[in-house]
Amino acid sequence: MADNTFILEVVTPEHILFKDEIQFVVTPAVEGELGVLRNHAPMVASLGIGVLRYTDPEGMIKRMAISGGFMEVVDNTARVLAETAEHGDEIDVLRAKASLDRAQKRIEAREEELNFIRAQMSLQRALARIKAAEGKLD
Amino acid sequence: MAGAGVREFKRRIRSVSNTQQITKAMKMVAAAKLRRAQERAEAARPYTDTLQDTLSRLAGVAFDISHPLLEKREDVRKVGYIVITADKGLCGAYNTNIIRAAVNAMEEDTRDIEKGIIAVGRKSRDFFRKRGGVDAEFVNLGDNTNYADAREIGQYIINAYENEELDEVYVVYAHFVNVIRQIPTVTKILPIEPPGSEEKTEEYFVEYIYEPSAEEILLSLLPRYIGSQIFHAMLEGKASEFGARMTAMGNATENAGEIIDALTMEMNKVRQAAITDEILDIVGGAEALNKGGK
Repeated sequence: MADNTFILEVVTPEHILFKDEIQFVVTPAVEGELGVLRNHAPMVASLGIGVLRYTDPEGMIKRMAISGGFMEVVDNTARVLAETAEHGDEIDVLRAKASLDRAQKRIEAREEELNFIRAQMSLQRALARIKAAEGKLD
Repeated sequence: MAGAGVREFKRRIRSVSNTQQITKAMKMVAAAKLRRAQERAEAARPYTDTLQDTLSRLAGVAFDISHPLLEKREDVRKVGYIVITADKGLCGAYNTNIIRAAVNAMEEDTRDIEKGIIAVGRKSRDFFRKRGGVDAEFVNLGDNTNYADAREIGQYIINAYENEELDEVYVVYAHFVNVIRQIPTVTKILPIEPPGSEEKTEEYFVEYIYEPSAEEILLSLLPRYIGSQIFHAMLEGKASEFGARMTAMGNATENAGEIIDALTMEMNKVRQAAITDEILDIVGGAEALNKGGK
């Protein structure tokens, strides 16, 4: 391991999406973005819906859309547990945009409270996926 | 006439061997699906394990926390059972065993309470529908168990629990041991009893930073923990289903082979008897002619 890298793991209920050495990761924590470098103190952080971006050992910045989870950092391993996670370059942008539209319509229709919350969640998820896919900054 | 007997045997042998081909194919399909189901269960393990570790660590830090999903209710009025079976049959006693385990668990609970069924899988739904109905059903989920389904079931029971429609929830599924052994299991999932960590490794005592706080992380983890437990039960159930089907179809194929052997033996006997009869007839006829000639 190079002296400035550590392990990032992204784990969903269905599989381990990513496990590799990286230099730097920024996660969408609930109270703002949270960056982790090598030799970070042990930490558990709640994550929201959003874009996770990491810098690989070559200095390339890559993105993932994640939703619902937390991150545990210990022993130079950052393990992100998310209900869903996708690599930015594997996201179907058209589908994400379609679900964004759908969510917006549902929000405008002002349905009952539960559906409203759900619609907001899916709006956020769609936004995160589009951002991750297009590589825009938040 | 003897020839007709042989024809009848041939017809039956053909019919049994057609069935044998089908059971053989089903066995092979089940074996392939079992492998996939086991891979999925394996792939799900890191998530479940990490979630449990973190939850037990958090429960140790934030032990005085109160949350409806953690609170044991004094006054239990209705208990829910999530009964996970297959959609299809032809897998031996798999479905029956799970349903029996669920019914036994309900009968053993002698408290004066109502019992509700959340049916997962068509066999479970069909059975409990005839026996007083189901509260909710999740059927035709397919062979590839996905987390979204588990989450939806989890959301349903959490809502029911928070609205006090259910006061305790159990999940009934088949724990996969190997292809010939699947153990029907009843596990309580609500209220949540945080997994105790038996082995306190060195890592366990590491001081963590909690962002934003141990309590808040714990609260956001609880519904996910339910989801992952249901997901785990569904994955185990799938592997068990294919294991059971593989064994059942393997046995069926063997039995068909035995029937074919027995029928072939019978057929040969009948044919031999017919030939012997004919020879006797001919010999008898020739003998009679010879006698007449003298």
